[in-house]
Amino acid sequence: MSNVAAIIFSSIHNETIDELTRKRTSASIPFGARYRLIDFTLSNFLYADITDIGILTQKNYQSLMDHVGSGKDWDLSRKNGGLIIFPPFSSHRSDFLYENRFEALQSVSGYITKAKVDYFVLTDSDSVNIVDYNDVLKKHKESGADITLVYKTLNVTSDLYHNLSLNVNSEGIVEKINLHSKPGSKANVHLNITVISKSLLVSLLSDALVTGAKSFTQDVIYGNYKSLKMYGYNYDKIYLKMSSMANYFKANMLLLDEKVRNELFGDEERKIYTKVRDSAPTRYGDNAKVENCFIADGCIIEGQVINSIIFRGVKIAKGAVVKNSILMQDTIVENKVTLDHVVTDKNVTIRENNNLSGCEEVPYYLGKYQTV
Amino acid sequence: MYSHKKCIAMLLAGGQGSRLKALTTKVAKPAVSFGSKYRIIDFTLSNCSNSDIDTVGVLTQYQPLILNEYIGNGQPWDLDRLYGGVHVLPPYQAKDRMEWYKGTANAIYQNIPFIENYHPDHVLILSGDHIYKMDYQKMLEEHINNDADCTIAVRTVPIEEASRFGIMNTDDNNRIIEFEEKPAHPKSNKASMGIYIFKTDKLFEYLRKDAMDEKSSNDFGKNIIPTMLNEGMKMIAYPFEGYWKDVGTISSLWEANQDLLGNEPNFDIYDTNWKIYSRNNAASPAYFAPKCELHNSLVATGSKIYGTIINSVIGKNVTIEEGAIVRDSVIFSDTVIGKNSVVEYSIIDENVKIGAKCKIGLAKEEGKEITVIGRNVKIKNSTTVDAGANLEEEM
Repeated sequence: MSNVAAIIFSSIHNETIDELTRKRTSASIPFGARYRLIDFTLSNFLYADITDIGILTQKNYQSLMDHVGSGKDWDLSRKNGGLIIFPPFSSHRSDFLYENRFEALQSVSGYITKAKVDYFVLTDSDSVNIVDYNDVLKKHKESGADITLVYKTLNVTSDLYHNLSLNVNSEGIVEKINLHSKPGSKANVHLNITVISKSLLVSLLSDALVTGAKSFTQDVIYGNYKSLKMYGYNYDKIYLKMSSMANYFKANMLLLDEKVRNELFGDEERKIYTKVRDSAPTRYGDNAKVENCFIADGCIIEGQVINSIIFRGVKIAKGAVVKNSILMQDTIVENKVTLDHVVTDKNVTIRENNNLSGCEEVPYYLGKYQTV
Repeated sequence: MYSHKKCIAMLLAGGQGSRLKALTTKVAKPAVSFGSKYRIIDFTLSNCSNSDIDTVGVLTQYQPLILNEYIGNGQPWDLDRLYGGVHVLPPYQAKDRMEWYKGTANAIYQNIPFIENYHPDHVLILSGDHIYKMDYQKMLEEHINNDADCTIAVRTVPIEEASRFGIMNTDDNNRIIEFEEKPAHPKSNKASMGIYIFKTDKLFEYLRKDAMDEKSSNDFGKNIIPTMLNEGMKMIAYPFEGYWKDVGTISSLWEANQDLLGNEPNFDIYDTNWKIYSRNNAASPAYFAPKCELHNSLVATGSKIYGTIINSVIGKNVTIEEGAIVRDSVIFSDTVIGKNSVVEYSIIDENVKIGAKCKIGLAKEEGKEITVIGRNVKIKNSTTVDAGANLEEEM
């Protein structure tokens, strides 16, 4: 027990990567041949011994429920703490689902009040990162801050416009918060990872009822940066945000780079856990040709695969050529098919003699259960 | 089903498996790796789970540590149950006796109190060193329909090989009329698979009788089965068709691994209706470098392949470095094959580190024995390991 609990907003960014989140939360976007984004979030918490974790859901959370289950594959099926999924909750006064982080937190205020911890970590699950929460908590305590905001210095892209940007002094204290990050500029972008003491979180939530606050980011963090002491934690390691099909594609392809693979998977102590599917090992046929690929278990590869990310249970027939593509779980590629810059979602079947191609900026995407 | 079970399984996993040479120096035979991500016992445990046999006693004796840890609470096989589940049963000290398991029958005899906990009507006896997929529920149905005292699974073997097995001679209704252990002149080709279902009361009766007999070697095949036959018990042969392999020797273990390869493998592990479960550890997907080559092979997660793999089975977290060639071989988990090394017709155990420019074994076509390198062995650069060697120590 680490005296820290975590709350994950699983579906705050659903709209930004429409194709992949039409039928799932951003947290359950498949990534890196056998993972979902939430696997990285959960594994980061496990690495820091944070085992009291609540996941807030809003819409389309069936795939997320199916993925995390009781949490036992992350060793989070515990008597004390462990994983808890909060289904969307609307108050007795309204039939509306919550719209933002603040309303989501209010919907679980009972859980927050009862938690036997002193600190909360609040995070989205829309990126792959290896934030070391032990270090974040250590710095949070050392700095004596009320709130710690994890940021990364980034060249701001348009998808980061809604993130706060921070002006931080040499001690790491936040001097000014800007409500947005200006695209095209270089800024300290808040990664929507926040550490706060339980008592402060509880009182901010109840104060907000009086002041009529509506948004956690705008009203609670931005609105209080002058009155509260805020520390900026500079995170300078890998950060892959999935906010569009183009950057989703690029982020996956980065796994073919040894440096990136080592950063994410190279540390024996920091394992990335995921749902156990009991797949058989992947079988490579006599004529298989595999170059520069990241391939999960349970596949049968008889054709050519080059520069690709292949998820569990994919079948690539003899005579098929797959290049620069991401094939998700149980995709079937038949004989004489050529794929280049294609992203197939789960259970896609591509019948004989099809040639499909996209480009890096606009990969050819096929939705769940489609047959071509 | 919370007061008694219809059938529980007792899985014999205590044998030393000395014919597996260096592979069983530090682990029991059922815990030896198989098929790139499995251990041998996974197949029997998965059969139990897939056959709705939810109570399994695993009898361990020889080098049990890795096996015990591997089985744990049985969760990977869905055998963590409120009533039943998997239990590891080592020999124990009692008020009036303290002894090792003397034979297969003695091991079960010593655990009669465990079986009694579940008041089963029938007891299924299994071996932990066979690779096969079998629905024990079907065998149990036959056993019950025949009102048999004991049902023994048999498979058809080529008659010229029959003298290597325990052979069942049966009448037209599959009733066993004679049992011959490794007969010189076999009368039938129905070989015992070492899989038995007994009526619990008959099993206890004969185990107790056998325990009183000081001349007995306390073995199912040698003592219990012949005695029951002599005394006119109803013994039925249950024919099993399908893949089955006793992986008790280096060559049969190698062959069984090869049976997973090919476009139509002899043994199918991809059937989603009969999954083979195993304990998973979090490994990333496998990475294949631009210059790697692979033909007709299995590769599990976490492996990094920079070299060439031909007709081989590669375990988890294995690294095959640049220029290395692995042919007709089985590589267990966490092993590293160094740059430009060549591994031919070998079985390399877990966590072996082979340096650069080594030459391990000889091509299969040379007709020499399989080379075996045991767990945790380190081999220095430019070392040659002769074909048929059995390495347990550093070189």
